[in-house]
Amino acid sequence: MRSKTIIGKIDIWLFVIYLALVTIGLLSIYAAAFNEAHPHIYDFSQNYGKQLVFIGVSLLVGFIILLIDAKFFNAFAYVFYGLSIFCLLLVLVVGSKISGSTSWIQLGPISFQPSEFAKFGTALALAHYLGKLDTDLTKFKTKLTAYGIVFVPVLLILAQGDAGSASVFIIFLLVLYREGMGGKILIIGLVAATLFIVSLCVSKWYIMIILVVIFALFLLMINRTKKNILLLTGILIAACAFVFSVDFAFNHILKQHQRTRINIILGKEHDTKGVGYNLNQSMIAIGSGGFSGKGYLNGTMTKYNFVPEQHTDFIFCTVGEESGFIGCFFLIALYIALMLRIIHLAERQRSPFSRIYGYGIACIFFFHFAINIGMTIGLVPVIGIPLPFLSYGGSSLLMFSMMIFVFLKQDANRMNIL
Amino acid sequence: MIKNKINYSQRKYVIESVFILVAIILLIKLFVIQIVDDSYKHSSDTNTLRYITQYPSRGKIYDRNGKLLVYNDAVYDLMIIPSQAKDIDTASFCKLFNINNTTYNNNLKKAKKYSNITPSIFISQITKEEYGRIAEMLYHYPGFYFQTRTIRQYPMPIAAHTLGSIGEVTKPEMEKDSYYQLGDYIGKSGIEKYYEKQLRGTKGLKITVVDVHNREKERFMNGAFDTLPEPGTDIILGLDADLQAYGEHLMAGKTGSIVAIEPTTGQILAMVSSPTYDPNELVGRKRGTRYNELLKDPNKPLINRAISGTYPPGSTFKMINGLVSLQSGVINANTPYPCNGPTSAPIKCTHYHGSPVRLYDAIENSCNPYFWQAFQDMMNSKRFENQKAAFKFWYDLVTSFGLGRAVKTDIPFTVSGNIPKIEFYDKVYRGVWNALTIRSLSIGQGEILVTPLQLANVAAAIGNEGYYYDPHYIRSFGNTDDSVSFEKHVINIEKRHFKDVKIGMQSVFEGEHGTAKWSKIPDITIGGKTGTAENPHGQDHSIFMAFAPVDNPQIAIAVVVENAGFGSMWAAPIASLMIEKYIRGYVTRPNVEKRILTTNENPK
Repeated sequence: MRSKTIIGKIDIWLFVIYLALVTIGLLSIYAAAFNEAHPHIYDFSQNYGKQLVFIGVSLLVGFIILLIDAKFFNAFAYVFYGLSIFCLLLVLVVGSKISGSTSWIQLGPISFQPSEFAKFGTALALAHYLGKLDTDLTKFKTKLTAYGIVFVPVLLILAQGDAGSASVFIIFLLVLYREGMGGKILIIGLVAATLFIVSLCVSKWYIMIILVVIFALFLLMINRTKKNILLLTGILIAACAFVFSVDFAFNHILKQHQRTRINIILGKEHDTKGVGYNLNQSMIAIGSGGFSGKGYLNGTMTKYNFVPEQHTDFIFCTVGEESGFIGCFFLIALYIALMLRIIHLAERQRSPFSRIYGYGIACIFFFHFAINIGMTIGLVPVIGIPLPFLSYGGSSLLMFSMMIFVFLKQDANRMNIL
Repeated sequence: MIKNKINYSQRKYVIESVFILVAIILLIKLFVIQIVDDSYKHSSDTNTLRYITQYPSRGKIYDRNGKLLVYNDAVYDLMIIPSQAKDIDTASFCKLFNINNTTYNNNLKKAKKYSNITPSIFISQITKEEYGRIAEMLYHYPGFYFQTRTIRQYPMPIAAHTLGSIGEVTKPEMEKDSYYQLGDYIGKSGIEKYYEKQLRGTKGLKITVVDVHNREKERFMNGAFDTLPEPGTDIILGLDADLQAYGEHLMAGKTGSIVAIEPTTGQILAMVSSPTYDPNELVGRKRGTRYNELLKDPNKPLINRAISGTYPPGSTFKMINGLVSLQSGVINANTPYPCNGPTSAPIKCTHYHGSPVRLYDAIENSCNPYFWQAFQDMMNSKRFENQKAAFKFWYDLVTSFGLGRAVKTDIPFTVSGNIPKIEFYDKVYRGVWNALTIRSLSIGQGEILVTPLQLANVAAAIGNEGYYYDPHYIRSFGNTDDSVSFEKHVINIEKRHFKDVKIGMQSVFEGEHGTAKWSKIPDITIGGKTGTAENPHGQDHSIFMAFAPVDNPQIAIAVVVENAGFGSMWAAPIASLMIEKYIRGYVTRPNVEKRILTTNENPK
């Protein structure tokens, strides 16, 4: 049986969702940055014209990826990873400062953000390492190596002062979970995060009382063996210690602007001028969209430019204002479709590399999607990471596209793997 | 060779559930703010939000004694939102605002070009009186509203160059700083420009709900998203308003400048550039036309001659040459040099006095041959490896007085003047030159050029016996008591040499032959020096520099009167009147003052 051409074998659903998202992005940027003096979407002096170029470049690079041998990305995973680490080191030396963090490399007219590339490199390296047949994630050494692959880029990105981009890598824990890491760490993480937020809002003595009450309830319910009692007591002490250390971490480890962002979300600080200004304007824009929105190019908040950075990190405002709840629902559904489709495809892969890589990128998209939209509607602190495929910006669009196309290629090639 | 790895594929459901759960949380929150909570919703056709910029009051400017120099007055800008301005009765509108149809159409076109939905200024700076008449009629014209603005007012019509002015932002200025919107005001020159960030304050924002009848109905969400404007910081200048006014009065009808500095701080006490203009002329709607008139005026009143006019310092430069020769050790204050009067060579003397002369007499009589010989002996001295090394010594000390470089403080657009470098002479004379070649330097002519500001600073440095602060306008910001200080420069010349030079400068007023003896002030000691700058284009410039009192200088001053001939005729009496006015508070020599104010032999 003669095999079809590569174009015939790619997953058409994933590709269509990708194209839909990129198109919505372009239209939203056009609306956000619309300039009556330059009404043409292909006006390259405007951001929407530039985004159109970025889309063209992304599709071209995507096409080239489809022509490359599928094994290439598995074989050269560490090379990509090494290259991205090198770029992260390079940016510390020659990086240029854009809005507070030194995370850009300037190459003539092109500026590029190595932290975007590092997500791709890390997804590849993690998939390659865990995809080896003899890897067993229940082993301590394996776990350590897997954590190492994730945290080296995190440390380097933190060194640039870009905590937002660094936080994205947390999501690789979900990939590790899928590949067999104990589920406890996720639960511990969740409890710790809850305790962190609660202890910023409520006096720690109340929390202690509540913890002791929970401890007592557990004691009543479980088998009071010596081992269980010891374990529970240990957990109680650890939880109390954690609550006390939160204060210290919050006041001494976080930076002022990070504290402010968290305080605003918790409602402890009202700041309608600085950080809070973005958020308030963003929420007014989205909220004023109502059920069906104000109509394309009719968003007044959008036009007033009252949401700074609207074409980049706050692009969701345009969707919320101009297409309302219906549009938001559709967009969120589209993202969920994208992620579930990737997981569905990942599970049908024969090669563990392809599967793990698929989970890796699905999780990256998920984190960006959840944090970015959550930020624009006041659910999470303002963290400057882009909304995949929608936000204006060449580096991020190209990287997200490459992630998709490499996966499309792996999937198209799955039958050739024995 | 598949090992018995556990299959974890069931965990896919956990991960999918997390994704879906988060999406649901996002949707719930969206549902709340987009559908449940009404406060965000203002998309109905009848109600629109209006964002009104709350302009902060710009910081006021005071003089050193707390006299108000600049304050704000309210005017009103008529704003337009083109997309809302529908069904306007143009004829009645034009009648109400007293404009013609063409203006209306042009302004509308301009506003539309900027943005159809963002407000822009339609008619700027409507006075309080007009506003009262018009305001109640405005409801006929949807899409138009008033915005309060402040304009600058100057209680005393002085110091136009120093204070500068504000004007509408230009496109490049808006691109440089996103704080500014079309129609905003920005400091264009002088203090207004340099301290723009402090003076402007921070704009606030008021969001109101407006109905179809163009009436503001309520604050949006009870003002939860409004921000209050923060007023700008007041600025207190080192300027003495009375002295400044007096200086402008004395210079009226003449071309030139006066710079007075407080030697102990470097603060500018007065800076006069004549001809000048009333700062109130560059305010409000008439600014544009008046500015163009001033720009075209052949006497160039917009130019601040005190900082951008360069002149050969003439004899006022002799003190520096004297100091350099003293510091080199080649001469001391008592070293005598012969003077043959008008027959001296290579430079003749223009004054009649005895011979030989010492430093003190040489300054008193402004004796050219003395300074030429002192300069020549220094250049040829065996103390230096060669003449170039000697010249380097001279150059370094001369420039340490602040000459040959622009002042980098809050005084904008200062020019550097010129002190020639070795390389310059090497180039011009192809490497072969000596003291004789460059002899005109010894009497402050030749390639040397200084600004009146630099000259006043030299007077301050000599008065201080060897140090000065970079000259500057500001004394302090209104919100603190701390004065703003600038870099202190110490000149590498011994104090005793300054003392010798000061004795000579005092005898310029008090000596028998002193070139400024007619400008002596009773009970106030002055050290000064006349100068006459050769002017190839016409009559020479009259120059004078001075400080007083000699022992503890409170004021250092430089005066330049263009095309007025000898320093002793014009610049010296003006300087002495300024000094008396500042130190005593009033002038005891009405005849001198009268001559300066009324004599018409001034300067073409």
